[in-house]
Amino acid sequence: MTSDGTLELIRDFRAGRPRALARAITACESGNGARVVAELYALAGNATTVGITGPPGVGKSTLSAALVRKARTLGRRVGVISVDPSSPFSHGALLGDRIRLAEHFTDPDVFIRSMASRGHLGGLAGATADATLLMDAFGFQFIVVETVGAGQSEVEIAELAQTTIVALQPGSGDSVQLLKAGIVEIADIFVVNKGDHPMADQLRREIRSMLQISEHGAWVPELVTTQAVHGQGIDELWDAIERHAAYLVESGELEQRKRERFAYQVRSIAAGRIRALVDGRIDVGSAAGDPYDAASQALASLGIEE
Amino acid sequence: MARRLRIVVAKAGLDGHDRGAKVIARALRDAGMEVIYTGLFQTPEQIVQTAIQEDADGIGLSILSGAHMTLFPLVLEQLRAQGAEDVVFFGGGTIPPDDAAALKKMGVQEVFTPGAPLQEIVDFVERECGKRALLSS
Ligand SMILES: Nc1nc2c(ncn2[C@@H]2O[C@H](COP(=O)(O)OP(=O)(O)OP(=O)(O)O)[C@@H](O)[C@H]2O)c(=O)[nH]1
Ligand SMILES: [Mg+2]
Repeated sequence: MTSDGTLELIRDFRAGRPRALARAITACESGNGARVVAELYALAGNATTVGITGPPGVGKSTLSAALVRKARTLGRRVGVISVDPSSPFSHGALLGDRIRLAEHFTDPDVFIRSMASRGHLGGLAGATADATLLMDAFGFQFIVVETVGAGQSEVEIAELAQTTIVALQPGSGDSVQLLKAGIVEIADIFVVNKGDHPMADQLRREIRSMLQISEHGAWVPELVTTQAVHGQGIDELWDAIERHAAYLVESGELEQRKRERFAYQVRSIAAGRIRALVDGRIDVGSAAGDPYDAASQALASLGIEE
Repeated sequence: MARRLRIVVAKAGLDGHDRGAKVIARALRDAGMEVIYTGLFQTPEQIVQTAIQEDADGIGLSILSGAHMTLFPLVLEQLRAQGAEDVVFFGGGTIPPDDAAALKKMGVQEVFTPGAPLQEIVDFVERECGKRALLSS
C-alpha cells in the first residue's frame, strides 16, 4: 500500500467506515499491516473476545450466530471472525461459515469476516489476532472467533480469546478421547451441542467425570448443553460466559491473559519474519551437512548466534 | 505473503438450486482463490454487505429463477449506494443472450450462460479481479 493510501485508510477507519476496517484486515492478511496496526493499536483493548472451537460440523457457526443474536438483544456491537482451512495444494479456500450468520448480514452493528488459515497450523489464520485487534479498535464490543474444525491439537485460540468455548457433540468418541491432551484442556466452558441427541446424557457424564479427575486452576470449566439451531441453552451459555468474565477480573487473570496475548502476538509476528528470512537462506546442497548444521548456518548467515 | 483473490459467490432470489454456484465456487477455490460462499436466498443488500465486510475483489451471482432482470440491477444499485463500484460484478445462470447484453450495458461486467467452460470463468475472474486487487494493495 502506498503511504498516502495508508493514511487515507487510517482516516476512514477512524471515521467508522466499515470498508476501511475490511481493507485494514486484508492488509494484515497480506503482510502489509504493520503501520495500520501501529496507528490504531491504542484504540483497542475494550472488547470481550470469545473463542469457539471443536470438531468439524459440531455447530460452531450455529453457536456463533446464536451468541450474536443474544449480544445484539443486549445492544452490543459484535464482530465475528470465522476461520476455515486453506487447501495445501491450490492455497485456495472455500469459506462457508457465513451461511449460518445470514440473518446478521445487514445489521450495521455486526461485522463478519471469514478468514482462510493460509497454512497456519494452530486452528487460526496468521492474521486472526490482527483482525481481532482491528475490530476491537473499530468499536466492536463483543468479538466471537470461530476456529477451523479442530482435531485435537489446534489450541492457539486459548492464547487469543479471553474465554474459550470447546463444543463437542454426542456420539463422537468415548471417554478416552476426553482424557487425551489437547483442546479439551483449553476449555473455560464446555458446550454439548445437539443436546437433543440420544447420547447427549452420556457425553455430559463423561465430561463431568473427566473434570473431576483433571487438574484445573481456580476456575472449574462449566458445562452447558445447547441446541444451537433452536437457540436452546444460549441464555445459559451467555451466563456462563459472563461468570467467566467476572472471574477473570476478580482473580486478576484478565491482566495476565492480556499480557500473554501480547506475548503471543509478538512471538507470532517475530516467528513469521524469521521464517520468511530463513526461507531465503536454506542450503540444500551437499555443503549443507545435516539438517541441524544447515539450520545453524542459515541462522548464522542472518547474524543470529545461538 | 501474497494478496489472495477473494470472491463472494452468492445465490439470490427464491430458487433453491445451488449446484451451479457450488461448481463455480469449487473451480475458483482450485484456482487458488478464497471463495466466500453465502448460501441460498440472499437479498442484494446481504450480498453487497458481505462483499464489503469480506473486502471481496469480486461478486459472482448465480440466478436460475428467471428473476435476473430485477436482481442484477438491484445489486448494481447497492454497490453504487455503498461506493463499492470497484468490486467486479459478474454472474451466470439461465439468462437469454438479449438479457445478458442488456445487463452488461447496465454495468454487470460479464454474464456467463450455462455451458460456459469453467476455465473461461476462472480466467475472467483472475484477470478482472486481479486488477482490483492490484489497485487496492
Ligand atoms: N440436530 C442439531 N443440529 C445442529 C445443531 N446445531 C447445529 N446443527 C447442524 O449441524 C450442522 C453443522 O453446523 P455448523 O454450525 O456449520 O458447524 P461448524 O462446527 O461451524 O462446522 P465447521 O465450521 O465446518 O467445522 C448444520 O447442519 C447445523 O444445522 C443442534 O443443536 N442440533
Ligand atoms: Mg463453521
